Amino acid sequence: MKINGENFSQSKPVLLRDLIKNLGYSTDKIAVELNGDIVPKSSYSEITARSGDIIEIVSFVGGG
Amino acid sequence: MITVNGHVYSGNAKSLKELSGQYSDCDVVIYNGYQTNDDHPLSDGDTIVFIRRGEIPPQESLESMLSARCTPEIYEKVHNGKVAVAGLGGLGSHIAAALARTGVGALLLVDFDVVEPSNLNRQHYSISHLSQYKTDALKSQIADINPYVKVYTKNVRVDESNACKVFNGFHIICEAFDNPSAKAALVNALLQQGNVKIIASSGMAGYASSNDITTRRSIKNLYVCGDGVSEACPNQGLMAPRVMVCAGHQANMALRILIGIEDA
Repeated sequence: MKINGENFSQSKPVLLRDLIKNLGYSTDKIAVELNGDIVPKSSYSEITARSGDIIEIVSFVGGG
Repeated sequence: MITVNGHVYSGNAKSLKELSGQYSDCDVVIYNGYQTNDDHPLSDGDTIVFIRRGEIPPQESLESMLSARCTPEIYEKVHNGKVAVAGLGGLGSHIAAALARTGVGALLLVDFDVVEPSNLNRQHYSISHLSQYKTDALKSQIADINPYVKVYTKNVRVDESNACKVFNGFHIICEAFDNPSAKAALVNALLQQGNVKIIASSGMAGYASSNDITTRRSIKNLYVCGDGVSEACPNQGLMAPRVMVCAGHQANMALRILIGIEDA
């Protein structure tokens, strides 16, 4: 799969929630797009990411 | 059609210099958005504004003078444009002021807070605005900058439950909140609703290089301005120059979208 434009090796399907956690993101500070569609936060623990998926994870730091 | 000081020109001058003769008391010439002392042949579609330095223009030509610097072919798009600004702190107050100066037709300004002394190091407010709602303080400044901008305000704290309702009717939204969870909540709510473009921000604290601040189109309808890492935290506060660089990125992206350019 591709995450933020970079190849990412993931041999078996993984819950989006676990993938996000393993990558070190905090779920309340991100927006996630899976294959061109925005993923609602409530679906992070239901949707599975698999080989070939294109994922964009946008994370926010404070300040404005 | 040639427009001079906001009126259709029906004379027979063939060049800018010839036309200038009829406005000999004016010393500033704006030719199609550009201040010039050179001569140019006049042609259909030209917009010319003559200004007498130091004089307050008559009301009927003020609007054309304020918009004189907007290149004529993009003027209509900008003038008919609508942009919402979510959060009126260091980013949002400067974004709104820049878009008002550019002549964006309508702005929706959203914030729940009042102006505090600790805001003055980087936000587009003055001592006279202390304790006013930021929406009201910014609206009154915009009335002084460009009174032809329609300004709508909402004093409300935005979260995922009310975001779509608050920004209903606006399709370009600049996210200018401080709190990272609030940023993400707004972006998620609006992207799920669809039919919007969001220009968000992440990472502009401190005084690292201005050149690290970029505009990226991360997701189809989401642009993110900032360096992505410079978080506001103890020992790395928000400071006017870098906050204004980031606000400039956001305002320019909003302008580009209004003109019809979607690339970051």
